Parts: sequence; structure tokens; C-alpha cells
Amino acid sequence: MQYPDQFNQALSKNKAVHIYFPQAIPLVAYIDESCLYLKENKCRICEGICQNNAINLNQTAQIKEVNVGAIILSPGLEPFDPKVMEEYRYGEFANVVTSMDYERLLSSTGPYQGEILRTSDMKHPQKIAWIQCVGSRQVTPGGNSYCSAVCCTYAQKHVILTKEHNAEAECTIFHNDIRSYGKDFERFYERTEQLPGVRFIRSYTSIVKEDPVTKNVSIRYATPDEGVKEEEFDLVVLSVGLNPPADAHGLAQKYGIELNAHHFCKLNPVNPIETNRPGIFVSGAFQGPTDIPESVFSASGASSQCGELLDYRRGNLARERTYPLEKDVSQEEPRIGVFVCHCGANIGRIVNVPATVEYALTLPHVVYAQEQLFSCATNSAKEITDITKEKGLNRVVVAACSPRTLEPLFRDTLREAGINQYYYEMANIREHNSWVHAKEKEAATQKAKDIIRMSVARACHLGPLQEFDLPVNKTALVVGGGIAGMNCALSIANQGHQVYLLERDTHLGGMARKIHHTLEGLDVQAYLRDLTGKIYQHPLVHVYTDAVITEATGYVGNFVTKVQSERGVAELKHGAAVIAIGADVYTPTEYLYGADDRVITHLELEQQIANGNEKVINAASLVIIQCVGCRNEDRNYCSRVCCSESIKNALQLKELNPEMDIYILFRDMRTYGFQEDYYREAASKDVKFIRYEPHDQPQVEAAEDEDGRPVLRVTVTDYILGKKLELDADLIALAAAVIPSAATKEVAELFKVTLSPDGFFKEAHVKLRPVEFGTDGVYLCGLAHYPKHIPETINQAYGAAGRVLTLLAHDTVIASGSVCEVDEKRCMGCGACIAACAYGAIEFRKTRQGKKAVVNPVLCKGDGLCNAKCPTGAISLLHFTDEQLLSQIDAAVGDV
Amino acid sequence: MYGAADLAGVSRLQYTTEMKLIRVMCSGRVDLAYVLRAFSNGMDGVLIGGCRLNECNYTTHGNYHALNMVLLCKRIMEHVGLNPARLRIEFMSGSEGNLFAEVVNDFVKQVKMLGPLAQSEGIDKNELKSQLEEITKLVTYIKLMKGDKLTARLENPEEYNEFFTSDEIDSLFREVNSYYIEPGKCQACMICAKRCPVEAIIGGKNQIHVIDQDKCIKCGTCLEVCPARFGAVTKFSGAPVPPPMPEGERTIVRKSKEKMSEIGSIN
Repeated sequence: MQYPDQFNQALSKNKAVHIYFPQAIPLVAYIDESCLYLKENKCRICEGICQNNAINLNQTAQIKEVNVGAIILSPGLEPFDPKVMEEYRYGEFANVVTSMDYERLLSSTGPYQGEILRTSDMKHPQKIAWIQCVGSRQVTPGGNSYCSAVCCTYAQKHVILTKEHNAEAECTIFHNDIRSYGKDFERFYERTEQLPGVRFIRSYTSIVKEDPVTKNVSIRYATPDEGVKEEEFDLVVLSVGLNPPADAHGLAQKYGIELNAHHFCKLNPVNPIETNRPGIFVSGAFQGPTDIPESVFSASGASSQCGELLDYRRGNLARERTYPLEKDVSQEEPRIGVFVCHCGANIGRIVNVPATVEYALTLPHVVYAQEQLFSCATNSAKEITDITKEKGLNRVVVAACSPRTLEPLFRDTLREAGINQYYYEMANIREHNSWVHAKEKEAATQKAKDIIRMSVARACHLGPLQEFDLPVNKTALVVGGGIAGMNCALSIANQGHQVYLLERDTHLGGMARKIHHTLEGLDVQAYLRDLTGKIYQHPLVHVYTDAVITEATGYVGNFVTKVQSERGVAELKHGAAVIAIGADVYTPTEYLYGADDRVITHLELEQQIANGNEKVINAASLVIIQCVGCRNEDRNYCSRVCCSESIKNALQLKELNPEMDIYILFRDMRTYGFQEDYYREAASKDVKFIRYEPHDQPQVEAAEDEDGRPVLRVTVTDYILGKKLELDADLIALAAAVIPSAATKEVAELFKVTLSPDGFFKEAHVKLRPVEFGTDGVYLCGLAHYPKHIPETINQAYGAAGRVLTLLAHDTVIASGSVCEVDEKRCMGCGACIAACAYGAIEFRKTRQGKKAVVNPVLCKGDGLCNAKCPTGAISLLHFTDEQLLSQIDAAVGDV
Repeated sequence: MYGAADLAGVSRLQYTTEMKLIRVMCSGRVDLAYVLRAFSNGMDGVLIGGCRLNECNYTTHGNYHALNMVLLCKRIMEHVGLNPARLRIEFMSGSEGNLFAEVVNDFVKQVKMLGPLAQSEGIDKNELKSQLEEITKLVTYIKLMKGDKLTARLENPEEYNEFFTSDEIDSLFREVNSYYIEPGKCQACMICAKRCPVEAIIGGKNQIHVIDQDKCIKCGTCLEVCPARFGAVTKFSGAPVPPPMPEGERTIVRKSKEKMSEIGSIN
């Protein structure tokens, strides 16, 4: 019996007993509701067939009570269901799919193994259209008024992947504003736009009809040049937005928390991870529509806030393991034990396991071999330890699954037997054999023997390696005393750690000192006063203002940073460092800025409004120009915050002087998420939005109006009216770009961290590790990472604190034994290894025999690139040495 | 690619059984010598798998290094008469199990079509083996000569074909460096012998040093460190070095002593 596979959007089918999806954790089979027994009380075949009696069809839901000190709500989101709006014809026309459906179609684990096929005729669609903002930015019934924040970029990803599948495919995106506001997104947008056969069309659309024979779908749209037209597509993808989690109200009621008007969690504006109920935190998309990096910020941040409450209990439930003393077997002849795992039926049904055991016994140095039903089961693991001791084994090979899953567990069996864990070797005969050669039992058995032989050969050459425990200095250094740095420092200090907080300026506050309130109405200066107060009052936070770092040395757990500050010269020792140095504002050279004092930046406008400058407030007309100094060749990124900054200023001026004419000249309004409501409010208050194209920028000149009054004349092409407009302004505000701090390069060099192409700091992984660097023990938050709003900065600051705590909570960090080592005799001092190492782990050391390379094992990540580059074989990656790998290559040939 | 292979397993994607995998932590770890050894052992094909370009798992982009090594090795294969299609590099992410299965099937099919190594190229198996072993001895020399190119980052596949040319490889092997210590100039100072990374220099106090050409990896360290006032080491490009002095005649007779005894000459 087959049922629609829910993970694959019901596009394909599977059985009632199945694994949810290939990367599921835990990777185990389960029985879903389509089970015949559960529905109709019959069948029970699986129960009889399972050798381990693992199936219990009488299980019922149980209620368990758990006492906890804090709760994190991360229920995620619900994709918008386009069925609620009939005009999308979803479910009605076979070839209208949602972006979630399309995501599965693209996936190699999807319904057609990564082939993009139309369900109507199983053919490859050639002409594909994406319709943006489905369910988002809509005030019609059923839609959401907010922007879902992620759809522009995911649709671009779809296009790129589609073109990779089929270079001939024609892809059309029907869109409103393109909101590529995230890090690297502007480049991604540009890359998509420049692909051949890709069209971006700025138009509303309607789905008109389906061809009864071909099942192609027609879309009606309009362009300024061609007017309204209809076009047929093979497939239409609806870029559906993000709804709040399905049972947000139930959840809110259960936990006694409040929701906002859009039914997402109501957040504390100065701590977006906090709900209105102390001890209950929120992370991820329940905060509001959110992309992956921001979800990770808040996830790590929520853990840090729990830590602030529960730090006194940290480690209470942890138990330390003790191992027997390690025997030195390096001088002994190899005595190898081979354990071949049946993995239930996973291996045993295909591979003749007893035959492989017999074969293993014929291999050189193998003194013992046996089979096991499940090598990873607790009793089997203990058996490996016991036999290792009993038979005096000094190397163990387990032939089972991928080392990527269970290697640590098996290494442990050796440690338990008093043998160095690096004497363990794994032969992958499941993922690389029985699972992929299910129908070729004989060949699979032969291949299992080959793989075991190769592993045994390698095992002969393994050596004992020491993982070393590096002590961790429990102090943190935070570089930068803005909102990011201060929040991060406080969260770390609230968990019992000393924090040195460095600020280059004489005052704390950073960029926020120039901001008076947020779009949502937070009084930033009051917040800043409160935050600064907390910093100075905290006994564990030590502030250094006027600070300049003169030297930074050391490595994870053990950094030494020399600082010159108003306190004099200090040498600070710390285990972790957070880079929160913020960013600067671009000083425009465009639009008469600097030449005419009626042209100011958006931040200067905010300052003038806060000062109550009457000339500004009483101006008859104001023109705001967006994207000044970015989204261009020099700075190919979006500064993310300027659209809402301009709308904030416009709304405030409309409040003070409703008669003022305000124009915002923009390229794309990027008021993502809930900011969209303010964009709509500004439009309803008669703020006029005029879109311009980068190749046809607005022109500004000093002029006089009809009454002879001096004005600034702005000439801009209005693409909706299709003509040039002349706007006479008393004042022009420029949305100047956020640019990397002038100190960025210097700080990057000091802490040996890297920069992105745009000059901001480069995180370890843009999606998955957005608050860490590739360099261990160094973390990142705030504008130094990329422009962002205050709540996002606070999220990330707590996120960085969370990561710092995972380091500082331990007394030691373990450095892998598989690092590079130099045989000085062989080193000719050519420096090829130093050039190949991106971690700065190798240096020259002067010796009497000339300069020699030396590896700092703490910085080495064990990729072995230097090993392959070394001409003389002087440097080798331990555990993957030439000898070890060549022995595998030689053994691959077999007994011919 | 190891991850993609694991995923192919988890997804139960069936593929042909001939391929055996050796795990490295980065495709850039695969040494030119490994590929040569595999072919020398009689393997019919070698596939190297790495992360997608610009999607490095580390921050080193070692997959570019692997690519360059493969491009170089293909030319070397041509040089010895092997079909370069027996060596392939593929880039894939850990989530592309299906691509892994496809690649294995496709590559094995291709290698099968090419037929058994050496035989189908019309070369003698043992001849090939000894030729590959000779080239393996030159790996140090190749790495030194082509070091910069091996670490370059090629922008697009159009550059791949032209990156290393047959002429370049031919001249690389034509002009192989050898180092020779001129007996007349050697002062038996031991500096080169001490500094030789592979202990290929024979000689002791008052014994004229001789390079064991079998052991020598052609790194040129001896040339670099031989004191300028002696200048005893000479580089030969593409030509054999003179035979070494017979062992019995290597004792240096110092000039002062020479005058006194007026016997013998250094040569």
C-alpha cells in the first residue's frame, strides 16, 4: 500500500512504514497514521517480520511532566496556503505549484530524484514562471499585509537551480520590489538576473486559464512598454509567503504569552528573544518572517538568555567519563581485530558477513575477526572493548556504516580498552556498499572484502595521536561598545564571566547614538542610557574607552590582547573574543552633498527632526533619495536599513507637518517583514514613492521656482507615468549606505579573521554559523557582520554570547590529534605549505639548517592541503599520511 | 563527496559496484603521487571528488588545488600514452547523493568503454609501470616547477583545457633538472649533505661529496646552500650528469699537502 508522502508535499508516495526523509535525525523508520492496523485493525505484517521485536502497535501517547527553569518557543512557521485565494488556481490547475512543492521537485531526495517534472504529463517544463508575494504584502481577505522577507531570494535560488538542471529553461519572475536585503543577496540577485533566458518582470499578474490539452497555464500581466498581455507557461510556481505557526493561538494560550497583530509572537523591542512572560523565550520564525541566519542568531541567543537564568545549575546533569591509562603499543607488531556488523538486515541481507569474517582472518596482521548483529549496540561496543583487552589487539577495524556517524562511539571502545583511539579504523560497507548494491549480493560481498582489506592495510600504518586539552581562560573580550557589544558583554557577564569591553570612542553607544527612535517607536536614546548604565554597574564588565588594540596573539581559550586606552596600557588575557566594531556611514559625493547645505543624509535628517529644527520641519517639500553609495559597482550590496529609515523620517515629518510634500525616490522599497505596514502607512499619508532605475539616476541642481524662491530641482523619470518629473525641494535627504568600519581591516588582521567581498567580516558559514568565525574562539555580531536593524543586532549579540558561553563554560577545549606535523630534516624551507594554509597555522622558524616550517597544531584544521603541496614530503597530515593513504591505494588492487 | 556517497546510500540509490572509495578530508589532499600510484598499480580509472567550487567546507578552497592537479596529471597521462579520460574530478555537495550515483555509473561506463589500462592504449603494462614510477620520482620536481599554477584559482571551465599544455609537460620532462657536485670544486664542507632533505648526498670529512641520483628528489637545496666561494653544485637541465667518482678516489688532498708531497691530483 502506498500513501502520499507528506515530506515530499504529497507529490510522491511511500509506505506507512518509512523514514521521514533521508537526513532525518534520528534516522529511523516509523509508522504513520496511514497504517492499516491503526486505521482498520488489520495487517500487522511488520510486527511478525521484525526480528528484534521493535514494533509495538499498541503504543499510545503519553503525558510526561518535566520541570524546567526556562522555555524556548521555536515552533517555526506555516507556509501560506494559496488554496484560500481561489484566483491562484492552486489545486485546480495541475501545473500551478507552490514554492514548497517546487523545492521538493528540485531536491535529489524529492519525488522524482531531482528531476523537475510536471505531474500532469511527467515532462520537463521548459517555460517556468514564478509569481512573487503570494499571500504577502496583500490587504485583500486571506492574504497577509506583511512582507514574508524570504521569497525574493528563494525564488532566485529556484531559478539558479532550475538553470543548473536545464540550461535551456526559460525562467520568468513576476515581482513587485525585489528585496535582496540580506548579506550577499544583491550579488545573488544580479547573478540570477544575468543568466540567459531569465526575465524579471515588475508586474501584478493574474492566472487566466489552463489549456485543456497541454495543461499549460496562461498568465496575464502588464509592462510599461507593451501594456497588458497574456503568456503561456508550462509551469507556474507560486512564491508563497510565511504564515505564523499553525496553532499560534493555542500555543500563546498554553504559555500565557501575547501575540502581535499578525499572530506572531509579541516581542520586547529591546530584547526580541523575550516574550511578555519571564523565563519564556522565542527564537526563529515565530519572532516574525525570518531567514536562516537570523533564526540561528535567535536560537543561540535564546540559549544564552536561558543561561543567564540557569547558569548556576550548568553542568549539574553532566557526568565525566574516566578511561583506563593508555598503553604504548607503537613499538608492537600490528595485531588487528576486525568486527563485521550485520546492521540487522541492512548489511547482512546483502553481504555474506560470515564470508567476510573468514576473509578478514586471512589478511596480514589480522589476529581476530568476528561478526556482530549491531556493532553500535551497547553490549556489542562493550564486546569490542573486552575482546581488544582479551586478545591483546592494538588496532581495531569495524566494518559497518559511515565513519561520519559512529566513529566517535567506536573510538571510545578502544579508549575503554586502554588503546589510543586513533588506532581505530572504519570500513564503510553499508552506505557505500550494501545499501547501494542491494541486488548484487555477490559483487557486494566481494566489495565488502575489498573495503575491509583496504581498511586493514591502513590500520597497519595508523599511529597513536594525542588530542590535547587546552585550558580555557574564562574571560571574554568584546571589541566594540555599541548596542551589539554591550548586549553581548552583558549576557556573558550575567553568566558569571569577566568581560573586557573595548570602545574606540570616548563614549559607549556606537552608531545608536545617532538614532533617536526606531520605526516601531522605541526611544533609542533612553534605551541606550539604560543599557550603558547596566554595563557600568555590572561588577564583571570592565570598560576600556579610547581603546586601541596594539597587538593580539594567542588562540582559542588563550588569547592575549594588548590595549592602550584611557586606563593606560593593559595586557588582557581572555579565552574568547567578540568582534562587534560596528560600521560607518557613507559620506556621499553625489547629489550636491557637501556643496549645498540643503542636501543632508538620512541620519542628519533624523538629528534635525529630533533637534526640532524649524527650517526642516516647516519645509514645503522634501525629496529623499534611496540607495546612495550602495547597490552599485563600488558597493554591490544593499544597506538593508535605509528604506525603513527614510519611511520613519517621512512619517515623523508628516506627523509634525502634514502639509509637507515628501517624495521618496527608490529602486526597490525593501521594507521587509512587518516594516511593510509602515510603508503602507506612509503611502496612505500621501508620501509619494517614485521608482528610478540605476541607469537613469535622479539629477539635482540648484534652481528657482516660479515665485523666484531658491529650490533644489530634482529631475527623475517616473516609469509609471512614463515621463520625466521635475520636483522642487527645499531639502534633500540622501539614504547613505552603511559601509564597513574604517577599523575593519586592522581588526581582521589582528584577530586573523577574514572579510567578505563587500568588506564586512566574513562569518564561518553564512547560514549555519553566522556568529562565528572560521578562527576558533572568535565571534561576531552587529553591523560589523552586515547592516541590520537594532532588534536584529540584539538578536545577534545574544547569539554571539550563546556561542561564547559554549566555549567558556568548559574548562578545556579539545584539539584534534589529526593535524599536520613537519619533519624538519626533510623541510627545504620553500614555503609552499605556508601559502596553502588559509588558517595561518604554519610559520617559518629559523634554525641552523635554514628556515623550517613549523605547525601550530591548535590553529591547524587538518585539511592536509599543505601535505599535497609540499615538494619533499616534509609536512604530513597525521591520520591521513602518505603512507596510510598509499597503503589503501595499494590494497585496493586486491589479490591479483 | 564522501557525504554525497553516504547520502546515496541512505537514499538507496543503486549504482555499479566497481568503485572503491578512499576518504580524505579535503580533495586538495590528493597528491599527484597517489594518482600515479593507482595507475601504476593497474587501476583502470581514478575519480576524485570534492566540494562544489566556491563552496569549500574549510576556508581554503582546496578543491581548486585538486582541479589543477588533475589537469596537470591528465597531461602527464597523455605524455606516457594513457587516455586522460581515465582520470576525472567531480564537484558535488553532501546533499547530492543522486549526482554521486550518476557520476559513478557514468565514469565506470566510460572506463569500461576505454578498456583495460595500458592494453587498450597499446602500451606494455610493465613499461607503463616503470614509466609511472620514474615520473613519481619527479613529483618533487614537478611540484617545485608548477607550484604556482597548482594553487591558482581558475575562473571558468574554458580555461581548464589550456591551463597545462602538452608542450609544457613535454618540456618539463625534457628539461628535468639533475644536480651534480663537481669533484674539483667540492671542499667536503658537509653543508649540502646536512641540508639535503632526503640524505641523498654521500660524503664525509675530506671525502668529496657525491649525489646519489637514485635518492635525489631534485629539490635543488644543495645548489642553494653550497657556499658561493666553492660553487661546487651544478644544475643540469635535460642532460645526464657525469658519472660519480669511484669510491676509492674521493679523498681530498688539500693544496698545502699537495705541495708538500707533490703527488696526485684531484682528478
